[in-house]
Amino acid sequence: MLKDQDRIFQNLYNDKGSDVAASKSRGDWVNTKEITEKGRDWIINEIKESQLRGRGGAGFPTGLKWSFAPKEVGSRPHYLVINGDESEPGTCKDRDILRFEPHKLIEGCLIASYAVQAHVCYIYIRGEYFVDGQKLQAAIDEAYEKKLLGKNAAGTGWDLDIYIHYGAGAYICGEETALLESLEGKKGQPRLKPPFPALIGLYGCPTIINNVETIAVVPTILRRGAKWFASLGREKNTGTKIFCISGNVNNPCNVEEEMSIPLKELIEVHAGGVIGGWDNLQAVIPGGSSMPLIPKDRCETLKMDFDACVEEKSGLGTAGIVVINKDQDIIKCMARIARFYKHESCGQCTPCREGSGWMWRMLERMAKGDATKDEVDMLGDVTTQIAGHTICAFGEGSSWPVQGLLRHFKKEIQERNNLDPIVQKKNNIPYLVDQHLLDKKNA
Amino acid sequence: MSLRKPAKDQPESFEFNASSLEAANNIVEKYPKGKQQSAVMALLYIAQRQNNNWIPLAAMKYIAKFLDMPYIKVYEVATFYTMYNLSPVGKYFVQVCTTTPCMIRGANKLVEACKEKISENECELSSDKSCSWMEVECLGACVTAPMMQINDDYYEDLDKEKTSEILDKILNGETPKPGSYRGRINNEPENNRKTLTDLKNA
Repeated sequence: MLKDQDRIFQNLYNDKGSDVAASKSRGDWVNTKEITEKGRDWIINEIKESQLRGRGGAGFPTGLKWSFAPKEVGSRPHYLVINGDESEPGTCKDRDILRFEPHKLIEGCLIASYAVQAHVCYIYIRGEYFVDGQKLQAAIDEAYEKKLLGKNAAGTGWDLDIYIHYGAGAYICGEETALLESLEGKKGQPRLKPPFPALIGLYGCPTIINNVETIAVVPTILRRGAKWFASLGREKNTGTKIFCISGNVNNPCNVEEEMSIPLKELIEVHAGGVIGGWDNLQAVIPGGSSMPLIPKDRCETLKMDFDACVEEKSGLGTAGIVVINKDQDIIKCMARIARFYKHESCGQCTPCREGSGWMWRMLERMAKGDATKDEVDMLGDVTTQIAGHTICAFGEGSSWPVQGLLRHFKKEIQERNNLDPIVQKKNNIPYLVDQHLLDKKNA
Repeated sequence: MSLRKPAKDQPESFEFNASSLEAANNIVEKYPKGKQQSAVMALLYIAQRQNNNWIPLAAMKYIAKFLDMPYIKVYEVATFYTMYNLSPVGKYFVQVCTTTPCMIRGANKLVEACKEKISENECELSSDKSCSWMEVECLGACVTAPMMQINDDYYEDLDKEKTSEILDKILNGETPKPGSYRGRINNEPENNRKTLTDLKNA
């Protein structure tokens, strides 16, 4: 287990309060000036050496992302945007940072803004976190009062203004370009990439977008050194991470742990074990609902980091671990996730808009045992026609959980659904055409 | 996609009152000059707060003029995002999370309680027109599931009995205390804390 002094978020459970004085006692804002005096290149290099990867789901190296920002500020100003639109089912880590460690985030914003030469930073928070957003606003107001923000913020000679922008219940706005659209006052439909936001982002200006947790760990990394951060976890999967363990466990909780910690240790030690014992475990979703589930036998040895999860054909995502035990109907659980994606599709690309509803309707029938034999394969076919055929990664996000279900629980689905197909003869028509309509003459 | 329709009965006109106007002007200042369209989401919230938790079409027209943007763009935003209520929802708007992490911890019991106490169908006002309920997608408090949101506040670690108690309170016009209803502190593992122990209750 990680030593307590190596935990970055000392106030994760709000034992000590979150105002400036309490945050200073935990080491925030202590030598911000000295850090920025070492220069932009040093900061970006240090973050690169720490091998910090984005905590928002995709795991993109943060230092590399920052280095994409233009070196000189041209006619267009630079922006820093913080993504706090935490909507992935199973994830609730950013909420605790917003309400209990706001000054880690604000200080991180200052350092990151300095590194990418931005004078304005927008923090995009999901609309449901209104109360938590107000706590952050209070912290920002206090920081302004103590001259930690505004002109010559914290004595660094850098001017920075931070504004909060509330979302309004759209999951898709967690996608970075949809977030920018939303920030510009439009509906949150993702943009085509390239151009990437680092060159053409908010209002057409260079914009760096990072997750709340990524930015909040930056000051501690710079203070304690990239070597310290890189010594935790393993190569390319370094540092600590807040894991959210929810579902059928005895003590669901948020806990900050070292990367590459075994999944079993997380569940057994921190979350008090699976309800009904480890043998009652059915499957685990390791990184929020969009990551494919992992069945029990693989969970025994799974290490929780980006690369190990990918080896299991899943992903660490946001590290929102949803534990599902044998008392639950796994098909029903996935049907509910499919309903989530059907509800949250932004409607821009046809494969996702139509396919997400299609998958949901099929899975609902499969949960009841009302589907025909051939529909199981058809479901797999639908998922492959969505993934990779959409503007943003939502297509993958909605089809991966279904693919995971088909990969590991196909037998269960087939046992429950053994009706004969309505269309008997093979027409060799692609599935996208409604086959039973073709059989009717007047259709 | 979610299906969203404006209410049939719409008020004739809408205008910001003094406090809304001040808040709106403050928000427009957050964005660069000429980019005032960015404020549309925040202004819709202000209109919703002022108008008993829902946004009439007249408010969208008013905001369009206020921000100097086409009405259809405001309409697009208001109908795209699910947190803008396009029809009356009552003084207390109950949103029950039923996405998988909540579902497997018994969110359907919360729905049952809502059906018994408020109304048989979702998005339907209670008999005294003071509240309504709705099933929503993940509210981002999965660790304290099952949970629900009433207006701005989160009510966590619920079961059917506790939900009924909370709903009784709001039907009486009281505002119950938000937070965990099993007495746990924030998102810590209940009675099983292994980390940051020297700080506990410090």
